[in-house]
Amino acid sequence: MPDKPRLTREQIAQRAALELPDGACVNLGWGIPNLIADYLPKGVTVHFHSENGILGMGPRAKPGEEDGDLVDAMKVSVTLMPGASFFHQADAHLMSRGGHLDLAVLGGFQVSEKGDLANWKVPGAKGSGGIGGAMDIAAGTKKLMVCMEHTTREGAPKIVKECTYPLTCLACVKIIVTDLAVIDVLPEGLILRETAPGWTAEEVQRHTGARLIVRGRVPEMRFA
Amino acid sequence: MKQKIQPNLDAAVADISDGATIMFGGFGGAGFPNNLIQALARKGTKNISAISNNCGTKEGELGLLFKNKQIKHVIASFPGPHSFFFQELFAKGEVTLELVPQGILCERMRAAAAGLLGFYTTVGVGTEVANGKEERVLDGKRCILEKALHADYALIKSQKADALGNLTYRLGARNFNPIMAMAAETTIVETEEIVPVGAIEPEYVITPAIFVHRIVQAKGLRYAG
Repeated sequence: MPDKPRLTREQIAQRAALELPDGACVNLGWGIPNLIADYLPKGVTVHFHSENGILGMGPRAKPGEEDGDLVDAMKVSVTLMPGASFFHQADAHLMSRGGHLDLAVLGGFQVSEKGDLANWKVPGAKGSGGIGGAMDIAAGTKKLMVCMEHTTREGAPKIVKECTYPLTCLACVKIIVTDLAVIDVLPEGLILRETAPGWTAEEVQRHTGARLIVRGRVPEMRFA
Repeated sequence: MKQKIQPNLDAAVADISDGATIMFGGFGGAGFPNNLIQALARKGTKNISAISNNCGTKEGELGLLFKNKQIKHVIASFPGPHSFFFQELFAKGEVTLELVPQGILCERMRAAAAGLLGFYTTVGVGTEVANGKEERVLDGKRCILEKALHADYALIKSQKADALGNLTYRLGARNFNPIMAMAAETTIVETEEIVPVGAIEPEYVITPAIFVHRIVQAKGLRYAG
């Protein structure tokens, strides 16, 4: 039987955007996290941080208005918000590693039930791989949220008891938002907070490689 | 006053000999000392140990030095999707790589600049990065020892320089440049513009002149990709 529809990458970003508090300083990583800036609820102002030394990044630059000296961590031309600032790369990482950012959002290959994150290298992949800023951001940010698909393309769970992919950081993830669920990582385990529309807790559990703790009736996700 | 301004790019890199350890500024296409890199390619210095966030964009940035097989070892955080010349040599075992988390790469250079021998960090604990490093527990947290990272030279890019070597940077082209300027024995800066001493307001100086040894004016080069 084919699965029920899951959230799109944009819908994952839309749901994750609700976790960004007004006034927060936030770092968005590659992939789905990078889409979150497009879905901030009305009235919420967030100061976006980039590892190459920017706080107060605005939207992507319009075609024809790009400036090669003003790029984000993905080398995409961006703009600045009023009140933005520049600093060197060491201070940029000081902000994340030193716990000065309120929240960081990263993509993930695997998250364990203890909140371990693997997101930088696929086992057996060709080439050198690359760490970039992920280990620093994961190790020090006050609150780390991971946005990813719930399972691999082959259907294997990405939320697992123990990560089998090369680790980025131990016990760092606090919230997981996927195309099937919102999950809080607490000392007692993985708490299923919300399910995707049309999905039951049992169905989400069947696609999860670690035990989900269900407390009462689990509500469906809201998007605004 | 020591004359820091160089007559041309080739003169600025003339003494960089085989086996040198060199830091290269730049991130995401911004702030790379591409003119100095081309001068180093012309000079043909071999067996370079390079320290840089990434390993080039096609033939641009460090790509040129990999293409010419001038680099034997590189310390980087993210070699990058367009570092084709590096990846080819890496696959053949002709260049070795030490992968370092990006913020730790910065801090190891800053430690060198600050006269510190190393520091303990939670970054990398339990990962491949911790292999072979001393681990201990401080304040109840597992951490590993990271050592200072020195270099013989730093090649960096600034927007403005005065004859003393005070520097400013444009927008996000600052990135690694001020850190590398402080960490190397000899810092060589290519600058868009040389301005009179005093033209940069003291409170807007980003890299103070003490860290800069050679200055050469060159129009910025940028590589797409």
